[in-house]
Amino acid sequence: MISKGIKCLVAGAALAPALASADRYNLQTPQTIIAHEIYDLHTLILAICGVIFVVVFGAMFYAIFRHRKSVGHKAAQFHENTTVEIVWTIVPFLILIGMAYPATKTVIAMKDASSPDLTIKATGYQWKWGYDYLQEGISFYSSLATPRDQLDGKAPRGVNYLLEVDNPVVVPVGKKVRLITTANDVIHAWWVPAFGVKQDAIPGFVRDTWFKVDKAGTYRGQCAELCGKEHGYMPIVVEAVEPEKYAAWVADQKKKMAAQADDPSKTWTPDELKARGEKVYAANCQVCHQATGMGQPPAFPALSGSKLATGPKDDHIGIVLNGKPGTAMAAFKQLSDTEIAAVVTYERNSWNNKTGDMVSPADVKKLRK
Amino acid sequence: MQAAHAHAPGHAEGHAHHPSGLMRWITTTNHKDIGTLYLVFALSMFFVGGVLAMGIRAELFQPGLQFWRPEFFNELTTMHGLIMVFGAIMPAFVGFANWQIPLMIGAPDMAFARLNNWSFWLLPVAATLLVASFFVPGGAPAAGWTIYAPLSTQMGPGMDLGIFALHIMGASSIMGSINIITTVLNMRAPGMTLMKMPLFVWTWLITAYLLIAVMPVLAGAITMVLTDRHFGTNFFNAAGGGDPVMFQHIFWFFGHPEVYIMILPAFGIVSQVIPAFARKPLFGYASMVYATSSIAILSFIVWAHHMFTTGMPAAGQLFFMYATMLIAVPTGVKVFNWIATMWKGSMTFETPMLYAVGFIFVFTMGGFTGLVCAITPIDIQIQDTYYIVAHFHYVLVAGSLFAIFAGTYFWLPKWTGHMYDETLGKWHFWLSMIFFNVTFFPMHFLGLAGMPRRIPDYALQFTDFNMLASIGGFGFGLSQLIFLWVVIKCVKGGAKAPQRPWEGADTLEWTLPSPPPYHSFETPPVVK
Repeated sequence: MISKGIKCLVAGAALAPALASADRYNLQTPQTIIAHEIYDLHTLILAICGVIFVVVFGAMFYAIFRHRKSVGHKAAQFHENTTVEIVWTIVPFLILIGMAYPATKTVIAMKDASSPDLTIKATGYQWKWGYDYLQEGISFYSSLATPRDQLDGKAPRGVNYLLEVDNPVVVPVGKKVRLITTANDVIHAWWVPAFGVKQDAIPGFVRDTWFKVDKAGTYRGQCAELCGKEHGYMPIVVEAVEPEKYAAWVADQKKKMAAQADDPSKTWTPDELKARGEKVYAANCQVCHQATGMGQPPAFPALSGSKLATGPKDDHIGIVLNGKPGTAMAAFKQLSDTEIAAVVTYERNSWNNKTGDMVSPADVKKLRK
Repeated sequence: MQAAHAHAPGHAEGHAHHPSGLMRWITTTNHKDIGTLYLVFALSMFFVGGVLAMGIRAELFQPGLQFWRPEFFNELTTMHGLIMVFGAIMPAFVGFANWQIPLMIGAPDMAFARLNNWSFWLLPVAATLLVASFFVPGGAPAAGWTIYAPLSTQMGPGMDLGIFALHIMGASSIMGSINIITTVLNMRAPGMTLMKMPLFVWTWLITAYLLIAVMPVLAGAITMVLTDRHFGTNFFNAAGGGDPVMFQHIFWFFGHPEVYIMILPAFGIVSQVIPAFARKPLFGYASMVYATSSIAILSFIVWAHHMFTTGMPAAGQLFFMYATMLIAVPTGVKVFNWIATMWKGSMTFETPMLYAVGFIFVFTMGGFTGLVCAITPIDIQIQDTYYIVAHFHYVLVAGSLFAIFAGTYFWLPKWTGHMYDETLGKWHFWLSMIFFNVTFFPMHFLGLAGMPRRIPDYALQFTDFNMLASIGGFGFGLSQLIFLWVVIKCVKGGAKAPQRPWEGADTLEWTLPSPPPYHSFETPPVVK
């Protein structure tokens, strides 16, 4: 009830013409038990602060209007009162204890990621998310699906502008999902507001959190930790579905993965490898080095005509595998041998680069540490 | 705190033995000249940082990329933060300290006059390095003002320039602090015990200790980033056995006291202004001193509340939540004391008082959102969103900056010998107050509804509040030109300021003529 009152209060005070929903002025509609608790805590704290606000500033504005020289008020000369000073130290302390109690319960509940029904690992990359369903053995990347033209204003923007991905995370409703986060390059943060979940994804470290979605639906969030130039473009989309639909999705994903997997013993022709490499390039390299291979110097150098992409093969493979410390070039070890072989072949034979080299998956395997 | 005998001016003092022209300012060891230099420097950097903020608000006026590439947008947010924190707010308060501390404690100058010159002249060097980073390959630092590793180890040479600039500014702050502590502890007029010092001096004494404690910590953090970048160390590189989260612990061990470094002198200024215009002594002087000290001590044990989403154990989250909530107690005491000072006073509302009352009102709103942020579960939801942006602008703009404005209007007649233009001052206050709220209040809604900070482009549902914030932002920025005009006009001329233009002001500087002689209090006043 308090929550509704505050909602009305806040919404009413904002005087906005088009009141689409209360979500515009408050936390998003909670979809998990934790998000509910956070929502109610926020409402409680806001209500307490609101009361204090009225009392304190009621007194201040009373003094401003009554105790001013222009209405002939003469200044009193008192300057201390031990009783009053003790009271206004103790009372706020007691109010704080009242706030801390429910907050403590929520903190402990948020930390309890034990006995999950399924575990998903989310890995932050510059600039997309990778997901691994640990029990099911499903892995995929999830990148921004909004077309570039919409960013540049050349096409009308869709309703989910910047909040849509190619491969959403799918979870069953009513099941406890443990989310493990880590990162490949810099710190990212996995955040879905409606779940009350925000967890930094830290390179070299594993952190966990959990959520259990109440209701089927599509929930959207974004990376919350500044992670470089495309930080605003790595959204998170979670589709919560009924358990049966989830089981079907898992089976479907497994089939897709089997179909996509490269046969390690396959013998590639240069053209096949180049064609595959173009796709890998588009998914991983293009955002910095550009489709034209011209990059965005100086931060993101051109590959077309570069010494690296026309010099010794091993150096080129090495930099893709391990990145270049101290620059924005991240390591791409997570790609398969075939994918790296394909993309290096593509880069060495595109734009102004005409080395005629072909890099085989075996060349890459040899250089992996 | 009234001087026992009004100090007769123009006798032994007033002879200004100093070079004229540019060399006066370069070689000066006079606290008033150096105070002026600090204030002019801070004002210039305030406008540089303001232009960057306009760049941010222009891009965010509507969704899509209109003006900047995303990487340049990140440079704008990062440099806006660094320049405002280290170039505008901090030097402005040091400027106040230089001008006011010797005048308020009856000292002839600062304790280390040459050190004082050096600590100022380091700043333009550092600022040049910082701004020059825009013009090196790869551009300015773009990892946020917090320069979190390992993102900051990825940046171009602009980051190195930024690191050197911070080192130099840190050295300047440490020297300034040593000077202030020595001056306050050793050069007070006879009879001025510590518990008789004006509150502005008290808050600066405490701030100076904070600076000495934490600036070396920042220097350590950024030096480790520097060696990670160039000398193969792995302090923050997990692949080499380092820990990226360690950077945040070290940074915020500096960073949290830093935010109090930017607010305690503001508390000091407001505590001088309110009694002067209420014509009534400050309520609860002793509890003000203790509250300030408690805030300073607590500031060392709350740093990880900036890091609730990094994944601390529950015990860690609870400790930092409780410690952070405790800060509300001494801060509340201060607000209650100010209001009790106003209570049954005989108030008038010249511009300094308007800014001081505006400070209490709007800063306290920032205090409430601070309490909301202290609650760990809520913080996890709103961390790194526009709610945080709103929160810290409420305390840093409506807090620190409004107090700087209050102090400037309060002491400008003393410094220049002329009264400022009261009408323009009031325009400046009301426009700033309105546009500040138009800019930052909607950001609370944006953050609650889920808009992350530090993004150049946003989902469509955030459009209208962003437009509102941008309109407010430009209004706020333009309103500051009024301030510039008022200051220039006041320096150039205007009605002659009396020795004590404010009826209720009772500290030692008001016993001197306006402007005070170049060398003041060569014979110390006696304080009863």
